[in-house]
Amino acid sequence: MSLEREPEPSSPPTAPSLPMDAAPIHAPAIINFVAASEPVAQEGPPSPIRQYLSARGNGGLADRTFAAAMLVCALSIFAIVLFILTILIARSKLSLAQFGFGFFLRSAWDPVSGDFGALPFIFGTLTTSLLALAMAVPLALGVAIFLAELCPARLRAPISFLTELLAAIPSVVYGLWAVFVLVPIMRDQLGPLLVKYLGWTGFFGGYNFGVGMLTASIILAIMILPIISSITRDIMLAVPVSQREAVLALGATRWEMIRTGVLRNARIGIVGAVILGLGRALGETMAVTMVIGNHPEISKSLFAPGYTLASVIANEFTEATGDMYLSALIEIGLALFLVTIVVNAIARALVWAVTRGAPARSI
Amino acid sequence: MSTNPIPTVTPSGDDGLLRPPMDFQTRRMRLNSARRYLVNHLVTGLAVLSTVLVIVPLVAILGYLIYKGASSLNLAFFTHIPAPVGEPGGGMANSMVGSGIILALASSMGVPVGIAAGVYLAEYGRGKMLAMAVRFTADVLNGIPSIVMGIAAYSLIVMRQMHFSAFSGGVALAIMMVPTITRTTEEMLLTVPHAIREAALGLGVPKWRTVISVSLRTASPGIITGCMLAFARVAGETAPLLFTAFGNQFWSFKLNEPIAALPLQIYVYAISPYDEWHRLAWAGALVLILMIMVSVTLVRIYAGRGILKGAS
Repeated sequence: MSLEREPEPSSPPTAPSLPMDAAPIHAPAIINFVAASEPVAQEGPPSPIRQYLSARGNGGLADRTFAAAMLVCALSIFAIVLFILTILIARSKLSLAQFGFGFFLRSAWDPVSGDFGALPFIFGTLTTSLLALAMAVPLALGVAIFLAELCPARLRAPISFLTELLAAIPSVVYGLWAVFVLVPIMRDQLGPLLVKYLGWTGFFGGYNFGVGMLTASIILAIMILPIISSITRDIMLAVPVSQREAVLALGATRWEMIRTGVLRNARIGIVGAVILGLGRALGETMAVTMVIGNHPEISKSLFAPGYTLASVIANEFTEATGDMYLSALIEIGLALFLVTIVVNAIARALVWAVTRGAPARSI
Repeated sequence: MSTNPIPTVTPSGDDGLLRPPMDFQTRRMRLNSARRYLVNHLVTGLAVLSTVLVIVPLVAILGYLIYKGASSLNLAFFTHIPAPVGEPGGGMANSMVGSGIILALASSMGVPVGIAAGVYLAEYGRGKMLAMAVRFTADVLNGIPSIVMGIAAYSLIVMRQMHFSAFSGGVALAIMMVPTITRTTEEMLLTVPHAIREAALGLGVPKWRTVISVSLRTASPGIITGCMLAFARVAGETAPLLFTAFGNQFWSFKLNEPIAALPLQIYVYAISPYDEWHRLAWAGALVLILMIMVSVTLVRIYAGRGILKGAS
């Protein structure tokens, strides 16, 4: 834009609704600084440049309006969370009043007689999520250590890209794969092996249909692996290089360097990454719904079909007849919402402690 | 153990200076370093092994999906609506259009709000407690299960209107887009050098104009990247659409009617007992993955080339 032009009488093109005023320019600090250091203050009519700028919305009001709009949008994030909370409470009032807190300790699920309890779903959700974590965390740590510390530079970009891509594959597609590939493998190959070698533990009793809690845990583990490993890698990379160099300079081997220089500094963040993975696993819906068997029972056997909080909502919400049924399902949603908020808040606080609060931050 | 005599310091090397022999080690030291190197190699091996264990099956999944999808994909898939049970053929044309409508709706609501919130965090709220709280809430919101968004949109819109609608699906997805876009926008704006902003402010440009035509413009590749990431993330979401958009076997273009969506259709077909429908589900999964892969790859290229990379 040329400053020689005559001042445009029209309002600024990007924000036509913003009012203009010829009030003194909302002078940024830097201008004050320059003006104070050089005695160029002059009296008289405003210069053409100043007139031109005023005409383009260079006023305090426009600035304040814009800042307020941005603030409103930022606050809308609070509003969204509060709104979800209030609407879930309002819509589950019926079931909250009927069953109270005991809702989460009862194992009845009988839509016909209107008797509802969420214990089987809580059991299913916790079992599958924790089992998935037990499978995914060691592998994810290994991958993160490899990517952050050991990987040749040439391999790092492709492998990171691949993990990013795998994290982007939708849940329903993992579910599709699980239904047609993982379930037959579980039924025909892996299941019998487990019964043969680990049958004595008692966790692999009953009939193996292929679908069930173990299958759901495996698909969950596959889904949360890329998430945990990529966050852990980022956290490890945030540990300053000087830490590594200091440990290496003392004569440590590479593993000792990783253990004392990197993992020890990053441990809080790694715990955060694992909890973040847990949060993802708790709320994962589609893939789990497709392979868990969808039967509300509490069984010791991992082959037995189960049900999770998210999958009971996915399966029965549209079929829920009667207000109490719907209200009970929404209360399950409310529980899921509150639990994931707490889990995520803890995880984020831990991850932030490492990547933000660290005294010596790389980058 | 360490009863070795202290080695005598003897002249070694050509310079005639006194220094202990280079290979001086007690037995314990030798054992210790042997153990340390063994552990080192063991752990290195384990890390490599776990990477292989993870990468190979994941690539196999991807390869299998592409193989199954490619062999099921044909022209009818892109031009036809689903055939009734028992009839061969049919496609998912209406689902793809429906997904497009829902995603456009979600983006038109989610993107402006997300970018504006990011602008607040990076340009106005630096160092403020309020900004910290917003940032934290956005991160937490990002981890809330998508099915909860579905219930919220259902309770807000579907229960009032008494029917499923494309609009309610769009709202659910828009809510999911906001936190991702907010955080990437903020991160990208933070990489814009202060000198550029100060130059604009120094010329007397008001702050709101500086934000729009200097900060946002400089960071635009990164912000577009963030928007595409959010888009790719919600494009495959099924759970929030189950009881908002609901799905539709026929063409539908109205915003307040049930509408078909690609992920929803894949789900319905995958759990159906018909082979023909399974074939269509694989084809749909391939189309969905290709769409997401293309956007993630574009993002990668953009971010890698990064106009911003050198700037900060």
